[in-house]
Amino acid sequence: MADYISLFIKSIFVDNMVFAFFLGMCSYLAVSKSVKTATGLGLAVIFVLAVTVPINFLLNKYILQPGALAWLGEAYANVDLSFLSYIVFIAVIACFVQIVEMVVEKFAPALYASLGIFLPLIAVNCAILGGSLFMQERGYANIGEAFTFGLGSGVGWFLAIVAIAAIREKLAYSDVPKPLRGLGISFIITGLMGIAFMSFMGIQL
Amino acid sequence: MNKEIFTKPLFKGNPISVLVLGICSALAVTVQLEGALVMALSVTFVTAFSSLIISLMRNTIPNRIRIIVQLVVVAMFVILIDQVLKAFAYQVSKQLSVYIGLIITNCIIMGRIEAFALGNKPFASFVDGIANGLGYGIILVIVAFFRELFGSGTILGYQIIPQNWYIANGGFYENNGLMILPPMALILLGCVIWVQRAIQKDLQEK
Repeated sequence: MADYISLFIKSIFVDNMVFAFFLGMCSYLAVSKSVKTATGLGLAVIFVLAVTVPINFLLNKYILQPGALAWLGEAYANVDLSFLSYIVFIAVIACFVQIVEMVVEKFAPALYASLGIFLPLIAVNCAILGGSLFMQERGYANIGEAFTFGLGSGVGWFLAIVAIAAIREKLAYSDVPKPLRGLGISFIITGLMGIAFMSFMGIQL
Repeated sequence: MNKEIFTKPLFKGNPISVLVLGICSALAVTVQLEGALVMALSVTFVTAFSSLIISLMRNTIPNRIRIIVQLVVVAMFVILIDQVLKAFAYQVSKQLSVYIGLIITNCIIMGRIEAFALGNKPFASFVDGIANGLGYGIILVIVAFFRELFGSGTILGYQIIPQNWYIANGGFYENNGLMILPPMALILLGCVIWVQRAIQKDLQEK
């Protein structure tokens, strides 16, 4: 249990998707003008990451990685399909996002109205594909770890986007040099937040 | 077919600093100039050819499932790049790690397909893809140049700062360790945007 908690904390703060790996920057910058929309997108990302990472973990373990097809019989024990992982992962993510969109539209129209526009965006959010690729690269041992990692990264991304949105709302009242307004200052602030998050590095859990 | 398609993405409509597309990978691969160059070439290749293919198919793709079709085409080219790099430049491929795979979700590619290739002829789309890849590459190379020079004292792996300048050898100079850490990429990119907007005043935001 302690392992899961430390993995969870680590993927939120130390390996933060935005500040340590720059993943999901595009929507992070585009949708962070108000806290309300940022919260909506953040929640959607947590949900999609927490589901797609375990699904892709199973696919990787039983179909893609070298020797994964051994359960089909002796003849398949040497098959290595790992070169297909990009296409399989992205297809799973795109399909899942499409399914979620349809389900939410049918059963929770209110949620759909507030989240609707962000859902299709998520399919091409690099944080989602990045989650699956990091899961594969780091070789998590079981589905519990994969789920914890997915959930933790999602929460880390959520925190980052809500924090920058809050800062940008305040920024509207400050006197920023003209050429730096908007995009430029957002980058510099994200960098400063990244330096702050670096203080979590080296924490032993 | 006009020159604008090619020249606009290089400066005035630069995908990174103006359209804010493809930031994710742009920052992570800029510690060393070599990685940045490889990444820029890979993205140019993928953008150009996937724009070409999608543009050829643009009248037959059903609208509802177009995202999945686009992703599959893009993923195919990325797998091609990934396998070639693994075979011929293994060190670079290790250094770029997951960011090669993340070209699939690089917003430049999807953005150009959605905004340009779906509504234009194949050759124009191809040129647009190349130009956007190059516009992306320019920013990458600028950021990587400064990060490598000040962070490691080298350019493309060659020592630029003289060895006897270093404090360890009795000099006065020390590499700036912050430059090779992630946050500095963001701050440098912020400065690049600052300079660009100071030159091109109509890009400034209110």
